[in-house]
Amino acid sequence: MTDPTGVRSPKAARTKDRAATAVLAAIVFAIVVMLVVVVGHVVASGAGKLVDLSFLSGKPEQFKAGGGIGPEIFNSFYLLLLTLLISLPISLLAAVFLTQYLPEGPVARVAKTAIETLSSLPSIVVGLFGMLAFVLSAGWGFSILSGALALTMFNLPILVRVIQQALEAVPRTQRDAALALGLTRWEATTMILIPVAMPAIVTGVIISAGRVFGEAAALIYTAGQSAPTLDFLNFDLSSTSCPWNVMRPAETLAVHIWKINSEGVVPDLSAVSAGTAAVLMVCILAFNVIARLVGRALERRMTAA
Amino acid sequence: MSRNLSRRQFVSTAGALSALFALGACTTGGGRPGPSDPAAARLSGSVVAVGSTALQPLVEAAAEQFMADNPGVQITVQGGGSGQGITQIHEGSVQIGNSDVFAESKLDNKEDAKRLTDNKVAVVGMGPVVNSSVDVDDLTLDQLKGIFTGSITNWGQVGGADADIVVINRASGSGTRATFEGAVLKGAKVPDTFTPQEQDSSGTVAKMVTETPGAISYLAFSYFANDLKALKVDGVEPAPENVETNDWTIWAYEHMYTSSAPDEATQAFIDYMLSDAVQGSLVEQTGYIPVSGMRVAVDAEGNVTKA
Amino acid sequence: MALSTTSKRRLERRGQFISGLAVLLVVVLVCTLIFMVCSRGIATFTRDGVPLGSFLTGRTWNPHQSNELGQPTVGALPMVLGSFGVTLLSCAFSLPFALGASIFVVEVAPTFGRKFFRPLVELLTGIPSVVFGVIGLTMVVPWTRSWAGGTGYGILSSSIVLALMIFPTMMSLTADALSAVPDSYRDGSYGLGCTRWQTVCHVVLPTALPGILTATIMGMARAFGEALAVQMVIGNAAQMPSSLLTPASTLTSIITTSMGNEAMGTVYNDVLWSLALILLIMSMAFILLVHLVGRKGSSND
Repeated sequence: MTDPTGVRSPKAARTKDRAATAVLAAIVFAIVVMLVVVVGHVVASGAGKLVDLSFLSGKPEQFKAGGGIGPEIFNSFYLLLLTLLISLPISLLAAVFLTQYLPEGPVARVAKTAIETLSSLPSIVVGLFGMLAFVLSAGWGFSILSGALALTMFNLPILVRVIQQALEAVPRTQRDAALALGLTRWEATTMILIPVAMPAIVTGVIISAGRVFGEAAALIYTAGQSAPTLDFLNFDLSSTSCPWNVMRPAETLAVHIWKINSEGVVPDLSAVSAGTAAVLMVCILAFNVIARLVGRALERRMTAA
Repeated sequence: MSRNLSRRQFVSTAGALSALFALGACTTGGGRPGPSDPAAARLSGSVVAVGSTALQPLVEAAAEQFMADNPGVQITVQGGGSGQGITQIHEGSVQIGNSDVFAESKLDNKEDAKRLTDNKVAVVGMGPVVNSSVDVDDLTLDQLKGIFTGSITNWGQVGGADADIVVINRASGSGTRATFEGAVLKGAKVPDTFTPQEQDSSGTVAKMVTETPGAISYLAFSYFANDLKALKVDGVEPAPENVETNDWTIWAYEHMYTSSAPDEATQAFIDYMLSDAVQGSLVEQTGYIPVSGMRVAVDAEGNVTKA
Repeated sequence: MALSTTSKRRLERRGQFISGLAVLLVVVLVCTLIFMVCSRGIATFTRDGVPLGSFLTGRTWNPHQSNELGQPTVGALPMVLGSFGVTLLSCAFSLPFALGASIFVVEVAPTFGRKFFRPLVELLTGIPSVVFGVIGLTMVVPWTRSWAGGTGYGILSSSIVLALMIFPTMMSLTADALSAVPDSYRDGSYGLGCTRWQTVCHVVLPTALPGILTATIMGMARAFGEALAVQMVIGNAAQMPSSLLTPASTLTSIITTSMGNEAMGTVYNDVLWSLALILLIMSMAFILLVHLVGRKGSSND
């Protein structure tokens, strides 16, 4: 923080420098305050609901007070799980192809352009495409399957980029050594590169999971805006109340917040909205913290081994 | 249901299999049992109802009761909006399409609407609401028309204290606006120079009117709350009994469209919606007016007939 | 590892094949998406006979009515202006903060930045847009109403909400751009006797300019495409925005509110898809812009 040339610089410049630093510090301070106020406001106004077990596990009410968000919490996690199951293998393979087999050339350029286009698309456009392709054309209706596929489109570019970066960060010497030992590219990738890049991949996947978890615009016209009551003892996969049925409509936490704020008639609307927002926020914060912890733990194990 | 099976060729999931089972089960069921009929236990099938978010709570609550009586029937109720309901029933991809408006007004080709069966399951009354600071209780239909066409701009002109009128209109295309304009403006054109602010969702309108001094808008009866003031029109209270006699003229039907030949489970559910089990209790609880009590009927063109 | 050479080669080929297939799948998906949105979006012009010019410049949005020529009145200008309005305004709100904070954490207090501030800001990136919508409804709208009057719903409130939302993106990318300026540049400047502020103004910022521009464009792209947070606070009035305080609408907000209300294949529905097509084209334009800025930046070096 010492200015090596402070003696020689004119006084005015020094005063200006100090003033600028003060202004910058004030900006940062303002941002921190704003952040704390905003996050604090969301969590605080829903705090009562956050510890209310009947709210967390109950079923939503349509026109009476006292509704819960049990099905919405389950739907959010189930959709996330399905989305990851579909998007993770595809993006892992695509990233391997783009980093190991064809990092350059026209094919790679087309692929990279496509992925970039997908990543820049507004999520509402992805949702509309999902409605057209999965809900209407394929005839799957508003369903978890349609929703998971729409979320996959939204998640793919993020995951491909994260994994690509993780693979590229592995020192080149490690790969060259593996190839020199007579391993094929595929073997070098699966046995050396992916394990080494694992901490970065896991961290990236969990952070992207947070974004999928909170996405709503891509879901309102794909997974639908209704949450059937779930019966966890029902294993009949064709039944709407079976939690695991992928053809049932599923409103998530984020969609629930949007819906009750625009058309809700329940008397305790603002409390339900605040409570749901707080639950969503806490989940997202948890994803972030877990990503950091897991990433660090994996890193430690890798370097220790 | 069988019509769209060919379109589901991609489906290799459990859902598709279940649809097949359900189809098989539908065709083997006998008679047309009502919900209280002992034969109801044999009724089975799966019904998907899509559409109007306003109607969704009522249909969901009714479906829950219906499924308790008929464990063999699966009813899935989804929102998505009236247009989605009409689209999907028109394409035959669902069994019931819920709508706040006549299908004729949503489809460009009016003939398409004729191929659907219209089941009017409830009536929704709507009325003007104002901010609680407004000291006017009653407006004539002409005054209301003046306010919503921009010729009356001050509460003083209609017998209140001197204060600006803040008009909050509904988005064009909303069913509520179509109903309100049909009953109040009666075809009168709004001058292009009058552009009040617009709001789409009922919840937001209620919030805005509550919070903005001098504001006026219109809402379904179910959104009337203590902190809003509902106005009388021509001395008539906005109350269900006045809607039934058509003394209160701002109202509309809630529709559940089916194909012209619905399967058994669907028909049974529609019958249930129109039975006293729903009309007497649930309809009123959700803020609607039972269609069974209506003493007038209105068709898609707006012609009123005594029922 | 004890695989024979032929099975090794087969495994290699199979690996290359399936990973190539994954890439192909992504490319096909993107092409399908673009094709489907385009084919729906142009129906307004090809099937319903709306001239492109009157669609883009029309000031009245009322697709249920026809004008004197018998064409539906589907002027998209109010929404286009609304979208650009909230995008530019939110960027204007966010940029000074993003720039100031980045300079602070890169040039003034790097350890504080790395250990505390940037993780905190990255946390903000993860907050879902509907939560920003709720923040808008419960904090920003009442605040705007009490300070500026009106109903509180409008372009100003949406811009504030969006500014909060795009701040993390802009700040992270800006800070990266500043960090990428080689230390030798700074050392040179200090060696000439410049203060830190002079170094920042005359050396660091000009060098990082392409990166800062990229950050701004990415922020704009995110603001332009955001649907629900905006839809919850803008008021959704499809009319020409007359002030920052009256309800307006954006491309995304009108699509969100109306898509469910209109049946497929009708004029109204077709026009909504045309609005989606504008969104698609704009998001591609933003990428193109990022590439142009990037290329310019590298050729300057």
